[in-house]
Amino acid sequence: MRCSSGWGEDKVDRQTIIETEELTKNYGSQVAVNHLNLQICEGEIFGFMGPNGAGKTTTLLMFLGMTEPTSGKVRVCGFDPRRDPLRIKEKVGYLPENVGFYDDMDARENLRFVARLNRISDEVSHKRIDELLGKVGLLDEARKKVGTYSKGMRQRLGIAEVLIKEPRLIFLDEPTIGLDPDGTNRMLELVRSLSREENITIFFSSHLSAQVESIIDRVGIMVKGNLVAVGSVEELAKRLGIETEHYTLEDIYMKIFKEA
Amino acid sequence: MEDHFSSTRFLLMSALIVMVGVITASMVGMSIQEELRGMTKPTLIFLLLFTSTGKLFSFVQFIGFFGPLMGIILGFDSINRERMQRTLSKLVSQPIYRDSIINGKFLAGVATIAIVLVAIVLIISGLGIRLIGVVPGQEEVLRLVVYVIASILYIAFWLGISILFSVLFRSTATSALASLALWIFFSFFVSLGAGILADAVAPVNQSGGVDPAMIEKHEMVQRISSYFSPMSLYGDATSTILDPMRKTTKSVMLMGPMERLSLTRFQSPLPFLQSLFIVIWPMITMVAITFLCFGICYYAFMRQEIRTV
Repeated sequence: MRCSSGWGEDKVDRQTIIETEELTKNYGSQVAVNHLNLQICEGEIFGFMGPNGAGKTTTLLMFLGMTEPTSGKVRVCGFDPRRDPLRIKEKVGYLPENVGFYDDMDARENLRFVARLNRISDEVSHKRIDELLGKVGLLDEARKKVGTYSKGMRQRLGIAEVLIKEPRLIFLDEPTIGLDPDGTNRMLELVRSLSREENITIFFSSHLSAQVESIIDRVGIMVKGNLVAVGSVEELAKRLGIETEHYTLEDIYMKIFKEA
Repeated sequence: MEDHFSSTRFLLMSALIVMVGVITASMVGMSIQEELRGMTKPTLIFLLLFTSTGKLFSFVQFIGFFGPLMGIILGFDSINRERMQRTLSKLVSQPIYRDSIINGKFLAGVATIAIVLVAIVLIISGLGIRLIGVVPGQEEVLRLVVYVIASILYIAFWLGISILFSVLFRSTATSALASLALWIFFSFFVSLGAGILADAVAPVNQSGGVDPAMIEKHEMVQRISSYFSPMSLYGDATSTILDPMRKTTKSVMLMGPMERLSLTRFQSPLPFLQSLFIVIWPMITMVAITFLCFGICYYAFMRQEIRTV
């Protein structure tokens, strides 16, 4: 399987990690996701954008086998989420929008619990938890109950929790929503370092934001269940004939949105 | 799960049970002299610790009444609290089977119940041995074990019910209220309804000639319909196992010579194995309904879509 899209100077063929074919999900007569064809390559940061209710979360849930597609095919890490959801969940981390924690436990206890669910022994997880807390910058607050954490700290703890299983692929559902600019930057910096240093594929669902634009390799834009555009920001700008020097993802997005 | 043991409500609840247990046991201990007066050859005194009503109520009555509440308290928010604090979507995105979440909830609850009940029965026994100085015989111990098992089953049924409601309802308050409503329904209305049904199917006329067949039918209808309530199943099971003087699970009032006959028959206790034979059926029924409601719960939970919003 080849991943055909090249971006930047990095034109090496890479493995496809997510592949969908005519993937559709209906809720009653309402179409949440309409014949989605998408390929995500190993190691890229993919921004999945669209307004609220465009079907982004539904798509994520179908990738994880947490909701049943109405029709079409999906393969994530080479497995079919409908048949082997557990194999996928072993390799894939998912950070839901507004992640929840057990508020009466501290950061370490929360992480240890998730590690146990992933069948990681306490000896192994003990070291790894401190490492991860250091990475997300929560080591100093590790003893506090998670109930006292700010929104940004919770999101970073969420990242640590996702990383504990050493995933190949991470789904982030609106990870920057409700964060202040500083929190957003820290979050995005963290995401970028995961991609660069550990070669984790990142599938990033988000509203539009100029900050998000800075870290993504490719973007897919979803409007009312339809994937209306996929490609790198440059590609999309070229395709749409935006010639100005300082175009932003927002310009592209607005243009596509008007056409759709 | 350690959750249960560290929570405040668990502490409150077990404190209440221990308190009531100790109080009733010591009351019985003090009044047991009176109770035994008039009995020619008292047998199975030790069980009186649990069944004697003393001045207020017996320990067995208390558990029969409070046990369902205990199950409901442990279970009513098990799934929807996870949903509310948004940890459920995290749990289902881990590499575990979805049923293990609900199995874990149920088994943790049952384990908690078992530990509390065994502990309290041991406490009361210890107290009883000190207070009245009667050491339980083998048969009494066996009967107590059966009683504890039946109680665990019974409370587990209520735990299952409350977990079912916590799967079905998003709000913890709704599921708590629904469980309580069901509990009130079973504890008060089913026995009432059973009486009414029995009167309708086989009316027993007080003034007219009494037809034994009719009385029998009346009793049967009443008993069978009250078996729809797990409460009466449990009540029958425990009173038979702990009070061996009772032979029938429901007493028919007999008058005249029949009365004397029945009284003499009730003088000697029913052997343990015979009690067990009577008790085994309500117990199997309780297991069956527990599994039934757990099965529904399982099905509902597996089919539910778990979203964050």
